Amino acid sequence: MSIGNEQTAGTAPTVPGQSAPTGHRSTSSPLTRVLGIIVVLCIPLVVWLSFVATPPDRVQGESVRLLYVHVPSVTVAYVACFVTFVSSIMWLWKRSEWWDLVGSSAAEIGSVFTALTLVSGMIWGQITWGTAWEWDPRLTSTLFLFLLLVGYQALRAASPDRSARSRRSAVVGLLLVPNIIIVNRSVEWWRSLHQDATLFRTDLDFRIEGLMLFTWMFTTAVGMVLLVWLMFHRFRVGWLANRVEEQQLSEAVAARRAEATS
Amino acid sequence: MLRDAWLVAGKDLRMEVRTRVGLGQVVPFAVLVLVLFGFALDPDRGILEAATPGLFWVTVLFAAVLGVQRAYAVESAEGVRDALRLSSLSAPGVFLGKTLAIAVQLVAVEVALGVGVVILYGADPGGWVLLVGSALPATAGIAAAGSLYGVLAVGLRVRETLLPLLLLPVLAPVLLAATRAFEAALDGSPADGWPWAGLLALFAVVYVGCGIGLYGTVLEES
Repeated sequence: MSIGNEQTAGTAPTVPGQSAPTGHRSTSSPLTRVLGIIVVLCIPLVVWLSFVATPPDRVQGESVRLLYVHVPSVTVAYVACFVTFVSSIMWLWKRSEWWDLVGSSAAEIGSVFTALTLVSGMIWGQITWGTAWEWDPRLTSTLFLFLLLVGYQALRAASPDRSARSRRSAVVGLLLVPNIIIVNRSVEWWRSLHQDATLFRTDLDFRIEGLMLFTWMFTTAVGMVLLVWLMFHRFRVGWLANRVEEQQLSEAVAARRAEATS
Repeated sequence: MLRDAWLVAGKDLRMEVRTRVGLGQVVPFAVLVLVLFGFALDPDRGILEAATPGLFWVTVLFAAVLGVQRAYAVESAEGVRDALRLSSLSAPGVFLGKTLAIAVQLVAVEVALGVGVVILYGADPGGWVLLVGSALPATAGIAAAGSLYGVLAVGLRVRETLLPLLLLPVLAPVLLAATRAFEAALDGSPADGWPWAGLLALFAVVYVGCGIGLYGTVLEES
């Protein structure tokens, strides 16, 4: 759960030292280059494993290949949201720019993976269930998670002042997890009263065997490395944006001062 | 804290009594939405009657968004928020006061809507114990979440469009639970509805708790 969190924790303090004084504008470092190379090399392998090496499923046929994208992306999305949740709590406790940037980076990347989850899930549902949308608790709560993440980012984009932005988004980030739990429980309760979940037997039915299981685990691992890699870059972009904001502010103050004295 | 809540709620409600924005604008708006649903769904009583609980609560949510916006618009004008912070009222007290004032106004909207659905949609208000027993926790939950998310959008240029985006996904479970409870009450099977009323009460407790804990963080800024 906290892989992304801890790894960023170990190295992030190097960012200020690395990028600011030299005027170096890249967000990469040796570590992110290694992570990036791992991801780039592994993605063809993922494609090969999920399309060529693994057999079609006995029940679902070829559509099972979609799940090699769907399940890892939902895992990465939920891990990213959990990172946002934890970072929001940590921000409220420590009030540091660092936790604010970790939380917002994870939310932004998490929303991309949530969208990917929804799209791949709906295509899979259309093929397997014959309908793109079902009011299933997992599906519905993933949609709400996406909407809540969109709201979180809209709030950040709308707050011009950095301290207001951190405060308000930490509150929204903290409420992400309780909100999703409430939505998930209530939808599950609602559906269980009205109809039984016969449709969903299909995805519990199939057994995961050697190579398929490996493909899943491998794709999930690649997804996690991708998350960490993207988070490093997003964190650094956010950090540089804050520096630019400060610089513009001090320049504006200096300009007003100059105006007043001239 | 409770004294502060009482003061803030009293101030907001006094302002409402004097300006009558809620009674003169939000309540007529809510009734208008009921009429619009009637147009959209064809005045075929069968559909309207079956959909009454859902339409009632969707309308309450729309009215709640307006009510919350109004509750914070009065704070952001002319530095009232600074005055509120300087007044040494406790943040949880301000939160509870805002919540109480919003809840009281929502109850007024719900009463008007209740009369509206009986007249316009031909709803039969049986099982009123469950109706009241689920409407009260639902209102408390909507007001508490509204008052917490309302303060998050205060002072932003895009607050009118941002608030519904933040608030409505959060209130979706309230809509779900309150609609199911009302369905049970109108069907004459209140035993099915009480668990939903319990869920509404839980939601209200969670959001009153979160509000008391988090409100100060947002209020102390800027």
